Amino acid sequence: MGYCLDQAGFNQILNEWSKEYFVYAPKLFKDGGSFSDTDRIRYGEIHTVEEIVFDRKSDYSYKEILLPLSQTLFFFTDDMVKEADLPKKGAVILLRSCDLHAVKRLDEIYLQNGCEDYYYKRLRDRVKFILIGCQHSFENCFCVDMGTNRIDNYDAYIEMKNGEIYVDNHNDVWKPLFTTYSRRTPEVIPAYATENKTHIHIPDGITPDIAHSKIWDEYDSRCINCGRCNFVCPTCTCFTMQDIFYVDNGKVGERRRVWASCMVDGFTDVAGGGCYRKKNGQRMRFKVLHKVYDYKKRNGYHMCVGCGRCDDICPEYISFSNSINKLDAAIKEVSINAVK
Amino acid sequence: MDVNTKKMKKNAFRVTKHRGFTASRIRVPGGYLEAKYLGMIQNIAETYGNGIVNITTRQGFEIPGIKFADMPKVNELIQPIIEGLDINQEVLGQGYTASGTRNVTACVGNNVCPYACYNTSLFAKKIEKAIFPNDLYFKVALTGCPNDCAKVRMHDFGIMGMTLPQYDKERCVNCGACVKACTKKSVSALATVNCKVVRDAHKCIGCGECVLNCPTGAWTRSHEKYFRLTIFGRTGKKNPRLGEDFIKWADEASIIKIICNTYDYVKNYIDPLAPGGKEHIGYIVDRTGFEEFKKWALKDVQFPANAEINTPIYWKGIKY
Ligand code: HEM
Ligand code: SF4
Ligand code: SF4
Ligand code: SF4
Ligand code: SF4
Ligand code: SF4
Repeated sequence: MGYCLDQAGFNQILNEWSKEYFVYAPKLFKDGGSFSDTDRIRYGEIHTVEEIVFDRKSDYSYKEILLPLSQTLFFFTDDMVKEADLPKKGAVILLRSCDLHAVKRLDEIYLQNGCEDYYYKRLRDRVKFILIGCQHSFENCFCVDMGTNRIDNYDAYIEMKNGEIYVDNHNDVWKPLFTTYSRRTPEVIPAYATENKTHIHIPDGITPDIAHSKIWDEYDSRCINCGRCNFVCPTCTCFTMQDIFYVDNGKVGERRRVWASCMVDGFTDVAGGGCYRKKNGQRMRFKVLHKVYDYKKRNGYHMCVGCGRCDDICPEYISFSNSINKLDAAIKEVSINAVK
Repeated sequence: MDVNTKKMKKNAFRVTKHRGFTASRIRVPGGYLEAKYLGMIQNIAETYGNGIVNITTRQGFEIPGIKFADMPKVNELIQPIIEGLDINQEVLGQGYTASGTRNVTACVGNNVCPYACYNTSLFAKKIEKAIFPNDLYFKVALTGCPNDCAKVRMHDFGIMGMTLPQYDKERCVNCGACVKACTKKSVSALATVNCKVVRDAHKCIGCGECVLNCPTGAWTRSHEKYFRLTIFGRTGKKNPRLGEDFIKWADEASIIKIICNTYDYVKNYIDPLAPGGKEHIGYIVDRTGFEEFKKWALKDVQFPANAEINTPIYWKGIKY
């Protein structure tokens, strides 16, 4: 059901929610950019609607709420283990359509890919999602071609128009709240991007032979294996483990899991000094194919949701969408070579 | 021809090797100039000069081939440039009213450069406003970061941008990029301890490489802008030398105050017989001793809490 609220009204609701939830939304971190006098937009806790950044894409995704960059799982000493506490409250996350589609990917990996991940599940069970409308596409978005520009499995939908907040609520528990604080109950239809400037075409007929294509070679020198493309990605799910003993007391320690990136050194290192993808081109190949080929083979839909953040952030101006668009040529190249 | 060369030089006109011809010097604080002024400079060069413009080593323009008699007319034409660049002027319409304190130079800074820790052009203009015009021979230069592209260590006052890196260990994924950058490109102030990063605050020079290289934003810049102040570098015949670090983690206000205080010190101690009234400040300090300089320079200066004062300072350099 649709509601229209003024900012004060919505802030009342945020206040009510704060008893039960931390509310996370894209917000501006002043001076938080890499360069001096530049800001960063990423997820953080908000208390008022004024803090939410509606008109720009966040540099990093909502993912870090469900899957913290560095998460202590448990503490240990000689003969005891103590699980790390859960956050004191659940979470309400405001996110765009591509990102809500990305949640399905996280769930696939952490809940449906073999046994359920305990630490993911206990956070995930307490999260509500509010969809932010996209009145238009941003630079580098290709959600339309990925089919991730629309979604309706949200708890609520929100958009800001002329200083007023329009909400479409799907969550019955929240109904009394919206009824109390809204001014009107217009019909609210989620806005979504119908057109992107960036287009991609993912060809059928990719085979493992594509690894032998020359298209990957240019990334050997262009890419600096910094991992930004993975860290901003709402669908990258890789992590690594750290077991550490505290410096002050070597008998006590903790286990953490932290994000890992298939572009960064060390990802394919194994005991005995082996390393399976040394060159950055090989890493690029692995990442691209993971996003738009092998994940789909296993799960029936692509991993990438077309948010374009990897293109937005790459310091070397490497375009992921453009690398997808080279796959057609790569297929031809390796099939001709196979005939020879 | 009867011309007072002392007055002429003070008015930023050079006595050149060509008898009767002068060159007009236009100062551009911070090297930051709206392109529209180039047309005016062109006009002066083509109307009164010989059609040539020299880009000076101190980021100004020098227009040679001007007849002595045309100096007033040139001053008329440079008036809009002086006003446009907001240069302090004692007598309106009479050109520059001093030349001893040289143009305040700066690298391009954070208007363009990713390494820069602050807006060098703005700070250069602020300093220019505080110290010009003055006949005393002061050279001030600013650079955005410790790369020191502006070679500020060759100046009386060198200002180097710094940022105080802020570490959010919750965002750190132990990728090692910051440690590698600091070790390879900077001063090895970072180390990995238990899969997190530890910064040696004393070693750190605030270059910001860690911030630039961190892919997750675990390192960010401080809201406050900080500066390293190097003093009394110089070129020249007698004893050229690099400036030494005086203050680390200074702020804008303390730097401006130190420079202004130094004018008082120089006025008091300059050799009255110095040729042309010009003496590198460093030689004065060599004479009075560093402690005396410091007493004057730090008078009423309020530093940020984390500022480090390097004292005493000994300079090296080439001696003959
Ligand atoms: C009793 C014998 C073995 C045990 C207990 C064992 C255990 C493991 C474990 C725990 C991992 C996961 C490491 C990680 O993700 O960090 C792993 C990975 C792996 N193991 Fe084994 N392994 C055994 C034998 C072998 C053998 C005989 C081979 C090959 C001939 C092999 C090849 C690999 C490879 C290629 C990986 C993946 C590398 C990676 O993802 O880091 N392992 N093994
Ligand atoms: S593709 Fe770009 S963002 Fe990704 S690792 Fe390479 S250089 Fe970094
Ligand atoms: S691969 Fe790039 S475009 Fe695709 S979901 Fe990840 S960040 Fe977004
Ligand atoms: S393998 Fe690489 S691209 Fe795939 S989820 Fe992991 S980090 Fe992301
Ligand atoms: S600011 Fe520079 S010197 Fe200091 S820790 Fe970062 S990289 Fe190292
Ligand atoms: S670059 Fe950033 S994420 Fe990587 S180790 Fe340093 S602080 Fe951690």
